[in-house]
Amino acid sequence: MDMSAINPVLLLASLMVAATPILLAAIGELVVERAGVLNLGVEGMMITGAVCGFIVTINAGSPLLGFAGAALGGAMVALVFGILTQVLLSNQVATGLALTLFGLGLAALLGQSYIGIKAPVIAKWPVPLLSDLPLIGPILFNHDPVVYLGILIIAAVWYFLTYSRAGLVLRAVGENHDAAHALGYHVVRVRLLAIMFGGACAGLGGAYLSLVRVPQWTEGLTAGAGWIALAIVVFASWRPWRLLLGAYLFGGVTVLQLNLQAAGFALPVAYLSMAPYLATILVLVMMRSGRAPGSLAQSFHASR
Amino acid sequence: MTLKTLLAGTGIALALATGAFAQDQTKVGFVYVGPVGDGGWTYEHDQARQAVEAHFGDAVETVFVESVPEGPDAERVMTQMALQGADLIFTTSFGYMDATINVAERFPDVKFEHATGYKTAENVSAYNARFYEGRAIQGHIAGQMTESNIIGYIGSYPIPEVIQGINSAFLHAREVNPDVEFRIIWAYTWFDPAKEAEAASVLIEQGADVILQHTDSTAPQAAAQAAGNVVTFGQASDMAEFGPFPRVSSIIDDWAPYYIERTQAVIDGTWESSNVWHGIPEGMVAIGEITDAVPAEVKASAEAMIEAIRAGEYHPFTGPINYQDGSVWLEDGEVADDETLLGMNFYIEGLTGEIPQ
Repeated sequence: MDMSAINPVLLLASLMVAATPILLAAIGELVVERAGVLNLGVEGMMITGAVCGFIVTINAGSPLLGFAGAALGGAMVALVFGILTQVLLSNQVATGLALTLFGLGLAALLGQSYIGIKAPVIAKWPVPLLSDLPLIGPILFNHDPVVYLGILIIAAVWYFLTYSRAGLVLRAVGENHDAAHALGYHVVRVRLLAIMFGGACAGLGGAYLSLVRVPQWTEGLTAGAGWIALAIVVFASWRPWRLLLGAYLFGGVTVLQLNLQAAGFALPVAYLSMAPYLATILVLVMMRSGRAPGSLAQSFHASR
Repeated sequence: MTLKTLLAGTGIALALATGAFAQDQTKVGFVYVGPVGDGGWTYEHDQARQAVEAHFGDAVETVFVESVPEGPDAERVMTQMALQGADLIFTTSFGYMDATINVAERFPDVKFEHATGYKTAENVSAYNARFYEGRAIQGHIAGQMTESNIIGYIGSYPIPEVIQGINSAFLHAREVNPDVEFRIIWAYTWFDPAKEAEAASVLIEQGADVILQHTDSTAPQAAAQAAGNVVTFGQASDMAEFGPFPRVSSIIDDWAPYYIERTQAVIDGTWESSNVWHGIPEGMVAIGEITDAVPAEVKASAEAMIEAIRAGEYHPFTGPINYQDGSVWLEDGEVADDETLLGMNFYIEGLTGEIPQ
């Protein structure tokens, strides 16, 4: 075993990259849940985003358009969920699960003729000056633009929920939709917007996998990342900055287990492979999870 | 005419039509572990299937099912194929072995061909390629291309076929470069681009400047390309789109001659169960073009090695070779027998780490 082979700087840098897809999907779901909606279809929205982003990038030749297409694709699938649960008042848990299965199938269908095609490489985008700092530079400031975007979205969501009037309305809708309705807020409209934001973020996360991380399209590409994102939202007790921590923790264990394996660590591979999932369960059990939004997963109708 | 009689009528007509059809057409089925567009293992099997169609024209009809998981699903797919009238079924992954044997028992009139396994039956043949011959060439080139002296290896499953490859590549890398080290990651999958890309990045981060893969997707090639200074080899297929660098050469599986030969045997009624293991001499294993990124003298010696293997003058596992613990496996000049190779579950001297059990 040769622990010196593991370079902590590179490990931390690749941790940030590995965490990005889950982070994006989770921050979207956080907003959705703060609005009082439980969307279990994150996995389905992610993979739809992954395939839409890939198709647009290949045909338009621009990864930027690809990410936009991914966000749009994710939001459209989410809108289906929104209409079903908010307008037609179907059960959120069942509809969310159906959305995951639907998304996986839809993505496989759309992606059929895109298997084995190469995506254009997205260049890293080192932050000027900051990336030259010793240690911190390569860890924090030498990534592709989407990694920064993920952190920016978290900061924006935090600001939005804490300090803006609209954020307050969204939280009111999530805490007690009857009271919010009585105050004259449009519960269904707020929730639909939140659901579409969640879909767009999940789509971005999926596209990060198919355009940057792999970069290739293949069926089942997301391999359960959406479910981890759901767990991280609970782990973070619905708070944006804790969510960042959770995503890095998960990304870190994923990267670490591969590093340990390559360094010849004598633990059976099976244990290392399950480590990230064990860590998630452990943290969920140990941390006193915060209170969930009051109206989470409840259907709202003005007449009731 | 009522709906019922209409349906019955069509049913009979259909049965007659397919019956008449089946008499002069041989149906050949293929079960694939990955998508035909994986650019590697399954892609080559599908190329061979198309070669069969081109060779026999209307006399043969082929069907295939892709991305079939190794497990109960495989058995279901094979059964379905046999029920649909396939005369010959190629099952193209190691993990289909038991499923193939099980289904073959229920359909004694259907011939089965299982790739890379070791179990055979009255109507089940096994065929395999000596990939380790190609790995010897890879190791020979890799050992001389590496500057960090660290070679990363992405293994799929710890089965003999993969371990042969690791040992063969390592043996020939050490031969030309005594300082070379192997770092091995087991991906536990044949095809999972996300996982393969991750594994490749980690190996590169740990200093590997050559990545060898025994998984089927081109994701590690893309990871190496992004890193910029990392050498790779095409696996199972040429993967020429990543040449001339990072992909400097490749191991190509050419199944077409074998598939055509076996289909012909079924048509002639001369098919018999067999167990073949072909390599470079028979053309089942081919080495893709060695690009100009490789120094000329290295290319020349690699080509000399290919020729020696082709002529049967050189066996990649020729002693002296020791086990990992230093005890003797092969004496000087002794050549490994096929039985040991087919059951290979040990590393040779110099490799670190353990094979997961």
